[in-house]
Amino acid sequence: MSQFPEEMLHNLLPMHAVLDHEGRIRQAGPTLHKLSEARLEGSFFLDVFEVYRPRAITGMSGLLQAEGRKLHIRLRGGVRTPLKGILVADGQKGAIVNLSFGIKMVDAVRDYALTSTDFAPTDLAIEMLYLVEAKSAAMESWRSLNTRLQGAMVAAEERAYTDTLTGLRNRRAMDAALERQVRSGQRFSVMHIDLDFFKQVNDSMGHAAGDHVLRQTGRVMLEETRGEDTVARIGGDEFVIIFPNLVSRRRLADLAMRLIERIEKPVVFEGRECRVSASIGVAMSDGDTADPVLLIQHADEALYAAKRAGRAQFRFYEQANPGGARLNAGL
Amino acid sequence: MHGLILRTLQVYVQDTYGLDAWTRIADESRLDPHDFEAMLNYDEQIYFNVLNGAEIILSKPSEAFLEDCGTYLVSHPNSEGLRRLLRFGGVDFIEFLHSLDDLPDRARLVVADLELPDLELRDSSGGQFQLKVARGLPGFAHVMVGLLRSMADDYGALALLDYSSGLRGTHLIDIQVVETAYSEGRDFELAASARSGEGA
Repeated sequence: MSQFPEEMLHNLLPMHAVLDHEGRIRQAGPTLHKLSEARLEGSFFLDVFEVYRPRAITGMSGLLQAEGRKLHIRLRGGVRTPLKGILVADGQKGAIVNLSFGIKMVDAVRDYALTSTDFAPTDLAIEMLYLVEAKSAAMESWRSLNTRLQGAMVAAEERAYTDTLTGLRNRRAMDAALERQVRSGQRFSVMHIDLDFFKQVNDSMGHAAGDHVLRQTGRVMLEETRGEDTVARIGGDEFVIIFPNLVSRRRLADLAMRLIERIEKPVVFEGRECRVSASIGVAMSDGDTADPVLLIQHADEALYAAKRAGRAQFRFYEQANPGGARLNAGL
Repeated sequence: MHGLILRTLQVYVQDTYGLDAWTRIADESRLDPHDFEAMLNYDEQIYFNVLNGAEIILSKPSEAFLEDCGTYLVSHPNSEGLRRLLRFGGVDFIEFLHSLDDLPDRARLVVADLELPDLELRDSSGGQFQLKVARGLPGFAHVMVGLLRSMADDYGALALLDYSSGLRGTHLIDIQVVETAYSEGRDFELAASARSGEGA
């Protein structure tokens, strides 16, 4: 085997150390010097560096036994930078260790103020630093684009779910809320509300007056309901309110009565009084009916029962005996 | 057309000539909306519309406009991220010139769908270089002239640049490096500071 002068290693491996037979550092590469405040030459390698994997090593014989293995090393002093290393025996009971920064390279470059010339040109360190920085810039761009798109999406959804006249939810929002309610598996109730005498207000006092009444009615509904309830205008003077976790007949009846009472209060528009009332149909989900279409239909049937009974009142959907209903349908 | 390129033109105009100038160029180019997203793609025609619009509004030939854009990319604080990425190319200006062949690949490593024209550096003796810019993104060679001139400053080198059009749509940039350590140059530390500028 030909003998190379050890100085050659400075250029090839700027983070190497040449150890003598006792484990003392005889020569250290220029970059390795930047890591240690203590003088490296003459120090025991294991006094400056701690080898902790594949297992803790305490002496030169241990180091030589680990020849060729990937060593996990860290500095004993300072910021305890983790390093990777490999050791080869030099055939004269000494060894050469070459070290590199692993994944902590970016931190190490900052901690020791390293420059391009501290790395061998074959080392991919500079490329890695370039990539880290370039990727962060690209990711930042993506993040800011995503944030803007998310903002636009939220705004668009809000617009798509809002009834522009009253600021209440619209039919699409109601459908979504019903789906959500069904998925949650919780019991809930639906009120279908139709204004009475609204057409007369519209015809005699104009659309502006009608719009004013609708807005006022919407306000009353929001005031009388809870934050988690969905209040939607689904047609000209038709409203639906969805009440999650509320199936008490008594409370729903109270609510319906209060709504009718407040909607009946005259609304003043340009000095003139507008008078409307409301008919309300109420349907409650039971444990098994999870069909939102059916529930809305039930509320609708109850609403028409209220209308037929003379308007300005509410009705619950009364489930007919299922067998009886089918029998009736057959007749 | 990659949005990064159009976005670069936009921020260059805004940082150099002001927001109002960009609004007028965008109107002139019939852009709707006025802002480009760096990570989206656009019709190539928009690029030419913007160059035309800038020529009219700024009363400046496109070649000069693009060359100044190259200068902006290296020297403006808002483009510090890109300057740093370029400085990773080498420890001095000569080494940087030798890294130019890799530039399109380096760009693609980060933004996979960003297509830049191929670059080929020829090294003659006596500090004389010639950079061949292949066909592709029109006007890119003019951006490179401004960029190279500013990078020479950045490294503290003294270089003379001369643009000429080559054969079959290629472009040539002759670079005479008079001195590599002409002035102090600007600082470059490998480790980025806590918050270096966002890439253009």
